[in-house]
Amino acid sequence: MIISIASGKGGTGKTTIATNLAISLESDIQILDCDVEEPNVHLFIKPKIDKTETAYTPIPEIDEEKCTFCKKCAEICRFKAIAVISKTVLTFPELCHSCGGCMAVCPEDAITETNRELGVVEEGRSGKIKFVHGLLRIGEAMSPPLIKKVKNYIKPDIINIIDAPPGTSCPVIAAMNNTDFVLMVTEPTPFGLHDLILGVEAVKLLNIPCGLVINRSDIGNKDVYDYAEKEELPILLEIPFDRKIAEAYSRGKMIVDEMPEWKEKFIGLYNNIENLVKKGKN
Amino acid sequence: MKIAITSKGTDLDSEVDPRFGRAAYILIVDTTSLAIEVLDNSENVNAFKGAGIQTATMVSNKGAEALLTGFCGPNAFKTLNAAGVKVGNDVTGNIREAVNAFNEGKVSFSDAANVDGHW
Repeated sequence: MIISIASGKGGTGKTTIATNLAISLESDIQILDCDVEEPNVHLFIKPKIDKTETAYTPIPEIDEEKCTFCKKCAEICRFKAIAVISKTVLTFPELCHSCGGCMAVCPEDAITETNRELGVVEEGRSGKIKFVHGLLRIGEAMSPPLIKKVKNYIKPDIINIIDAPPGTSCPVIAAMNNTDFVLMVTEPTPFGLHDLILGVEAVKLLNIPCGLVINRSDIGNKDVYDYAEKEELPILLEIPFDRKIAEAYSRGKMIVDEMPEWKEKFIGLYNNIENLVKKGKN
Repeated sequence: MKIAITSKGTDLDSEVDPRFGRAAYILIVDTTSLAIEVLDNSENVNAFKGAGIQTATMVSNKGAEALLTGFCGPNAFKTLNAAGVKVGNDVTGNIREAVNAFNEGKVSFSDAANVDGHW
């Protein structure tokens, strides 16, 4: 089982849901923080890291001895990461998306692979919870390849919880893609609804079953609920705007540790997701 | 000699477009005769990525020896530099004024980009 936790709007409570869900379940479980630009799951799970791997992405290196300056590589590159200027080939490694197109079209075999460092992937454990996260190198602008490296640690025979970045752009798609279920965390405010709609539209394109958690459920208005009903999106959990929850979060503590009555609700949330995934597969 | 100037329009009275990669037009101007070749840059205005690199390649292919513009980023500068095109940044006014300033030696050429890259 692979569940991704996404939101559209940032700050709705993705990490709160991901970490409390992970800690509530008795099953063999792994949490993967794919918000590699600003990972924060470790602040709550407090894992002991026992393996660090540097992650790289392949980029082209041009052998100007072999190159005939035919420009085929520059023409195929959608991101303009190669420019051919008279008898010079310029590469712009930070623009390269590692598609390999330039190497495939080069008639002279003048292009080989070298590497650009993306960041690191750290693996560890906190009690029974397995933990993986990515840390994007400072200055690196492209997070999807690092997110994919984090996702290589997915163990299909256990429960995997993916904490996705906010938004709806490439990093979010990379985090949600090929997961069994997307849990969208939102809040019942105009801003929450606006970004939820964008998020749900993205999930529809990926054709992944989706359900909602409404955080701070007693603020704002009913528009998110109306939208959920119209779109037939199940509301799987509601969390009120409670000072005790906010205080626990601010100290890096888990809701289920401070307020044990929430554990049952998170177990119920997982059971609901499992049923929806099973139903979708039938 | 031929120089390239980023322009908001297609004639000598047009205003210099301060943007390089996503300038509306690039005018290739003969500094002696003031003859103009207009390059429509709309493809690069809407480019997905690398507008500066692409526009720089186009300027170089047209045989311009210098470029006059407002702002030039690092990737565009690197490309123009490789092509041996001198870059005059911070150029304002209309195209005619820019060419006159160039002919009078009043345009200073930079050895680095004058704006940061952006994504």
